[in-house]
Amino acid sequence: MKKFWKNASIRLKIGLIMTLFFLFVGFVIYLIPHTDPFPYVSQMNMRNLPPSWEHLLGTTSRGQDIFWMLVEAIHNSLLIGLMVAFLGTVVGVLVGLTSGFVGGTLDRVLMVVTDTFVVIPSLPVLILMTALMKGSMTVVFMALVLALFAWAWPSRQIRSMALTLKERDFIQTAWFSGEGTLQTVVTEILPFAFTWSLSNFMNATLSAIASESSLAVLGLSPANLITLGNMIQWARDFNAIMARRWLWFASPVVATVLLFVGLFMLITGYNDYLAMKRGR
Amino acid sequence: MKFWKYLGLRLLAWAVTILIGVTFIFFIPRLFPSDPVENMIGRIQSNSGQMDPAEKEALRKSLRVQFGLEGSLWTQYTSFLWKGMLHFDFGPSLMSFPTPVGDILMTYLPYTVGLSLTTTILAWIIGNFIGLLAGFRKNKRASKILEGIAICIYPIPYFIVALILQVIFAFLLGWFPLQATIIQSADFATYIASLIKASILPAVSILLLGTGWWIISMKSLSGATAEEDFVLYARYRGLSEGKIGRSYVFRNSILTQVTALAMSLGGVFNGSIMTEIIFGYPGVGTLVQKAITQSDYNMILGTITLSIIAISTCTLIADLIYPFIDPRIRYS
Repeated sequence: MKKFWKNASIRLKIGLIMTLFFLFVGFVIYLIPHTDPFPYVSQMNMRNLPPSWEHLLGTTSRGQDIFWMLVEAIHNSLLIGLMVAFLGTVVGVLVGLTSGFVGGTLDRVLMVVTDTFVVIPSLPVLILMTALMKGSMTVVFMALVLALFAWAWPSRQIRSMALTLKERDFIQTAWFSGEGTLQTVVTEILPFAFTWSLSNFMNATLSAIASESSLAVLGLSPANLITLGNMIQWARDFNAIMARRWLWFASPVVATVLLFVGLFMLITGYNDYLAMKRGR
Repeated sequence: MKFWKYLGLRLLAWAVTILIGVTFIFFIPRLFPSDPVENMIGRIQSNSGQMDPAEKEALRKSLRVQFGLEGSLWTQYTSFLWKGMLHFDFGPSLMSFPTPVGDILMTYLPYTVGLSLTTTILAWIIGNFIGLLAGFRKNKRASKILEGIAICIYPIPYFIVALILQVIFAFLLGWFPLQATIIQSADFATYIASLIKASILPAVSILLLGTGWWIISMKSLSGATAEEDFVLYARYRGLSEGKIGRSYVFRNSILTQVTALAMSLGGVFNGSIMTEIIFGYPGVGTLVQKAITQSDYNMILGTITLSIIAISTCTLIADLIYPFIDPRIRYS
């Protein structure tokens, strides 16, 4: 760990710290007991409050606490991102390994399907699916729909990795010493795929959160779920910009920007770190 | 002879991609538990009160025809492929009945194509130029700062950049209108002036993100090329830095970027949809948003089909051009 920290570039360090901060907010601060910020508050004197100790970021024009809404939004957005990344990576690794190791017709068919999912623009298809479910969207369904576009890229990458690994000596040794395909894959290939999958996992998290928030701006994210995208959209719906309620509008925007920049720095920093380690 | 084989295989892959994509979007609505016809009837009833059962049945029947949901699954599928793919006929639009979806799409499409094509090409040129300089002189302070800026802009989602630009330049500074308005009825000069005024902010927000990506990728590519032995050798031969940059580093790194340009088009399309919606720019994005709020499924299906065909075709073109600019590739 100490050695990792010494070798890490500044970019990797900043990215790691920012990402850990968001994970901390989303999964630790989230646990502190607080009143549900979602429902509208009917008392007029609770609306549009400036920041105070009780309401760290003030309240919305519907009396909702902005700070706790932000915490829940970070929690839910990260949760969706992680679920999608997990599903996409697992399916992608499975398809990629199968395709690379089995080869033949199965490989060709799988690759045509994979290439299609790489090429077609994801947002319009996501719009179609979520528009059909408008009003009855749930978190799990959202994650499943987003995962449809999260597996293709990793499976392509893992396949080409499998193709080169297949020819390497230690894999041949494993074959000849009588290990079955499954055992070879699990004990010899997966460790290789793992470091790469980690970087892909973070990438998938980032793009899933981005897609979810784009759909939220279109009003297609689950309406009763506080996510970063929904929070921005609600602020827009209630004219927070026109009324110059900057804390309300800016807090989800700033949080999203920081989350994305942090994750992206972590990803590129980690990739550079891997490249550097391989170079030694 | 090899060229024709390559072309044939590539065309086949293109057709298969489109077929799979379109098949996919054909089956999604039919596999989903929600029925667009019942949704539509529900909406009509909540807007204009209860209907009597006979009228409702007639409406249901005509809606099923309009949505292309009559007949067996196989006839629906073949007629969808036949009409949609070969004739761009997606039935009437339900929000502006009875104008066909295709006609409406054709009036909105040029704006999106114009906006995204111009910005993509500009971003590609600017980003690669800056990235090349940054990678070629990667220890200069300026190139580190430029890369830092690119890294902080690129990962932000399109609509957030659009929102930030809108708040700063349209709302706070008031330099641009909050929502794009293009005056179509007036004379040509007024039309062009309003078009440019409406396009600047959307174009800048797509440009910012696009340029960021090309700077990052070109910097790492040209940085790696600059360390190759042939560049070192060129230096020993006493060639000028400009000559090395142009003929050695640039020519070798730009090839990868051409393929990357083709791969990025899908993302650019997604981004331009979001940017258009934020600024109310009258393109396909705004059209899709209207179609969603009015549950116009024919319109949504038509837009998606068209975008799948367009993006696959652009990728195909880029793939076919590639061997002409890279002499090392011999159609294999």
